[in-house]
Amino acid sequence: MSAATEIAAAVRAGRRTARDVLEEHLARIDARESEVHAFNLVLADEARAAADAVDALVASGADPGPLAGVPVALKDNLCTRGVPTTCSSRILAGWRPPYDATVVQRVVAAGGVVAGKTNLDEFAMGSSTENSAFGPTRNPRDVSRVPGGSSGGSAAAVAAGFAPLALGSDTGGSIRQPAALCGTVGVKPTYGAVSRYGLVAFASSLDQIGPFAGSVADAALLLDVIAGPDPLDSTSSPRVPAALGPGLRDGVAGLRVGLIDELVDAEGVEPEVRDAVSRAAAALEAAGATVERVSVPSVVYGLSAYYLIAPAEASSNLARYDGVRYGLRVDGDDVATMNARTRDVGFGPEVKRRIMLGTYALSAGYYDAYYGKAQRVRTLITRDFARAYERFDALLSPTSPTVAFPLGAKADNPLAMYLSDVCTIPTNLAGHAAASVPFGTGRDGLPVGVQVLVDAEQEPTMFRVMQALEERAS
Amino acid sequence: MTDGSAPITRADVEHVARLARLALTDAEVERLTADLAAVLDHAADVAALDLDGVPPTAHPLPLRNVLRDDAVRPSLDRDEVLAAAPVAEDGRFRVPRILDPS
Repeated sequence: MSAATEIAAAVRAGRRTARDVLEEHLARIDARESEVHAFNLVLADEARAAADAVDALVASGADPGPLAGVPVALKDNLCTRGVPTTCSSRILAGWRPPYDATVVQRVVAAGGVVAGKTNLDEFAMGSSTENSAFGPTRNPRDVSRVPGGSSGGSAAAVAAGFAPLALGSDTGGSIRQPAALCGTVGVKPTYGAVSRYGLVAFASSLDQIGPFAGSVADAALLLDVIAGPDPLDSTSSPRVPAALGPGLRDGVAGLRVGLIDELVDAEGVEPEVRDAVSRAAAALEAAGATVERVSVPSVVYGLSAYYLIAPAEASSNLARYDGVRYGLRVDGDDVATMNARTRDVGFGPEVKRRIMLGTYALSAGYYDAYYGKAQRVRTLITRDFARAYERFDALLSPTSPTVAFPLGAKADNPLAMYLSDVCTIPTNLAGHAAASVPFGTGRDGLPVGVQVLVDAEQEPTMFRVMQALEERAS
Repeated sequence: MTDGSAPITRADVEHVARLARLALTDAEVERLTADLAAVLDHAADVAALDLDGVPPTAHPLPLRNVLRDDAVRPSLDRDEVLAAAPVAEDGRFRVPRILDPS
């Protein structure tokens, strides 16, 4: 099912109206949103106006663009001008940004219809969307379970049919892990491939925006729209990326695929998940690829390095929430007291934990032992991947060690929650691209995601592998 | 203490909270002391590695000094920006006093 591709084609050809498409999705939201809670805010009126504008363009003979009339859900850490952007935090409740994120501008310019702002773990810190100040999102496949996180609302919105496309952000797996747990496609593009102007910063050397979709073709459609250089983001790559759509079905014959030993055998990987990865490898072989095991030894240090680097960067990025320029203020007699009270009331427990961890890791006497070491591990991981990519075009691993877990199962054990990202983190540390594709089911019939990893800027190869897997997933 | 092997104490947590401008409650300090100890214990594998001679990676892109043309372009509207502030006055952000009046 390539819902978005079909909708855009039908709307551009005048066979369907964008308004009709939107009403169909709003009806699904009405029916199930109260149990799923994918959204912090549904923008029904604004979306109706946008859909009508798309229809007016078509009626006038103009082409609204490649996303014509496609509803798109936005993670609520993407700035939308005049529309509340909360990061699911009390500290930003009610804040209306004075500008749109570049990705939002590009979606709208391509004819996309913004359907709403989706729930997340506060400031994208978490793996279950339970760390939201506005209550958890539930997995549409089984509402007693988490959707994963931190982009759980975006994953759930696509899985529930609330929107065919959604945007999320991925710092250590926050697109790929919820995509796996909800049974959708989720892509973390190469660092710098998509502008982050207007993405509320968490860990700036790791953050990247990417798409959620119901199919590989739909994910390619959205990534083609949002990728490319942006003068407003000095970390965006100056290279114009190749379009993904045209080569999508070129097949995998002759491609060399490596199965990462250390991630297939990582701590806590469920046997059913391991089995799905094996079946995915066999499917690629049947399609003409060669598959071999490969060792990327230093990825075993990825989790530890990440939980020093990401909190360190977060502690710096989140210093801006000081009760002065936007969001919450809790009064105090002097500035320092006002700052500290505002931050204690405004931030939730996980955000405080990360700020504390990061501040500690950067503080005098510990910098070399923790942050400095973690940055050197990052070099080792990048070198090991470079060696693997001399022999392989793409790598394969589980996305998440487990299928979706029950709400509350890991809420009191931060370290257990952090282990959800053990397979996704190394890609962020290296700045490469990776994606999760649904491939069969695991425990309790819940979806399993297989992760496809490639070197920087090798998205065209990654999408060919993803497409081949999708065609062979049962 | 610089080898990262000493366990984190309550006093460390209180010190770090001051650096991070977080007015934590006693219960939060207690909980965070345990949580941080668990994560740092997990990170001991990294802290123990001999990585002399391995350069650090701060950033995955080899970009240097990205400059834009020095040209006038539109910026954010001041009233719109100040409308988002908790307190604004005379076109500026208003904050509690910074200097001691005595």
